[in-house]
Amino acid sequence: MPSPSSTPIYFEVAIQKIVREEWGYLVSSLISLLRDLNLAEDALQDAVEAALLNWKKDGLPKSPKGWLLKTAKRKAIDRIRRDKNFASKANDIKLLSEQNNLPKESEFAVPDERLRLIFTCCHPALDHKISVALTLQLLGGLSTAEIARAFLVKTETMAQRLVRGKRKIKQSGIPYIVPEKEIFAERLDAVLSVLYLIFNEGYSATSGRKHIRIELCQEALRLSNILYKLCPEEPEVKALLSLMLLHDARRIARFNNKGDFISLEEQDRSLWVRPQIEAGLSLIEEALKMGEIGGYQVQAAISAIHSEAKTFNQTNWHEIALLYDELYKINATPVVQLNRLVAKSYITSARETLDALNMLKPTFKDYQPFYAVQADFFKRSGDLKAAKKSYLRAIKLSGNTKEKEFLERSLNKILT
Amino acid sequence: MKYIALIYSNEAKDPTPGSDEFSAMITQYQSATNTFINDGVMVAGDPLESVNTATTLRSRNGNLDTIDGPFAETKEQLGGYYIFECDNLDDALKYAAMIPSVKHGSIEVRPIMNIPEG
Repeated sequence: MPSPSSTPIYFEVAIQKIVREEWGYLVSSLISLLRDLNLAEDALQDAVEAALLNWKKDGLPKSPKGWLLKTAKRKAIDRIRRDKNFASKANDIKLLSEQNNLPKESEFAVPDERLRLIFTCCHPALDHKISVALTLQLLGGLSTAEIARAFLVKTETMAQRLVRGKRKIKQSGIPYIVPEKEIFAERLDAVLSVLYLIFNEGYSATSGRKHIRIELCQEALRLSNILYKLCPEEPEVKALLSLMLLHDARRIARFNNKGDFISLEEQDRSLWVRPQIEAGLSLIEEALKMGEIGGYQVQAAISAIHSEAKTFNQTNWHEIALLYDELYKINATPVVQLNRLVAKSYITSARETLDALNMLKPTFKDYQPFYAVQADFFKRSGDLKAAKKSYLRAIKLSGNTKEKEFLERSLNKILT
Repeated sequence: MKYIALIYSNEAKDPTPGSDEFSAMITQYQSATNTFINDGVMVAGDPLESVNTATTLRSRNGNLDTIDGPFAETKEQLGGYYIFECDNLDDALKYAAMIPSVKHGSIEVRPIMNIPEG
């Protein structure tokens, strides 16, 4: 039987896997060293190409990470030498060559600079879409084409987005630092919202191929786990990781074999991934004990209560309604308001909550979830005629196929 | 790096000279400017006369057009600026956030292009 390393395809996949896992670590160290994002990326890319050739021939080095970093540093010097403005860069080269602070590859211990890189990618001066793309590329090690596929845009469009982001970082002087204490919380919040955006893009599964969606969720989980390792004492970081773990644990149960969306009420709870739920629960417990409440903690706590209920009917709606009250104080958004009423409808009854819901109608003009909730309330109150009208309205307002199909199925159920 | 902070606000809603609000605003601006000077970031800074005093020029095919008014009619008008010398955008944003007009207008922060000599 041939050894794995003699099958080139297998080997290339293995190298790519190592590279992708270590990309954020390597590129962040190189940026610190070279003080130039583009040069760091290019040099690392050169090193990866060299690795493909060398490792195939000589086998994997003891520390692939160390080998790549050393090689990338050499490649960076080559690139600076080739640069037209060589004379002006002579000092840079001298500096780089003199830096013998790199340990031997076997005792690799370069400080982890990924935290700086996360804060740079998610700087509030960058558009959210740009931050998402930069984070996936620089920290996640995803290629431009992979990110483009995940967000259903052309590769060139994504490439432009990334170039625009990197240009803004450079030209506007977005620093490569962990923010100072005074602004840390605010900046961390920006990082968390970018990671959650990546997760939701995969989780809400509005369109696109299934495996790419799952990959986005997993990437968001991986990045959040890295952030958690780098900031273990931040309750909101713990909470976001917990929230993602809890949501993701229910992923398989959310769709049937045909790919139809299944509501929380109808999900087969035996499909929920128990160990992952346990991990999420213990994280949110730890976070809540720290006594600094935040939006992600409340959301994770809500998700935790759903996860703990053995059946839909056993859901502790009192607790959930209280948490939505709490969440509304932090995020006064229409979705939170709606969800709060949904929770209340299970405590009292749909009929009794209808008035409160209808009072919100002026705020929710043409807002699809409002009509979906209204339809559900009418249905549960036994007013099928009104429910039908609301379902039709919700279907008309829905911009996404899966959601539309789900609403149509719900409508058909009351018609038959 | 040098950054310019462009101060935009709705002139019609700005405090009128002579009012208590106006003198309060002046005091706030003086105190902010002192901070910029003391922290060593101040390069320049001035208020502008009203947008009514603006004259816009355009030369096309050798014809110089002189127009009364700003280049574009907007809800908020450019009313002044500061130039800061800062290490990075975070520092520039920190100082720009101290400009009193941030509370009712908008401050646009942009790096000043660095043209290498020689």
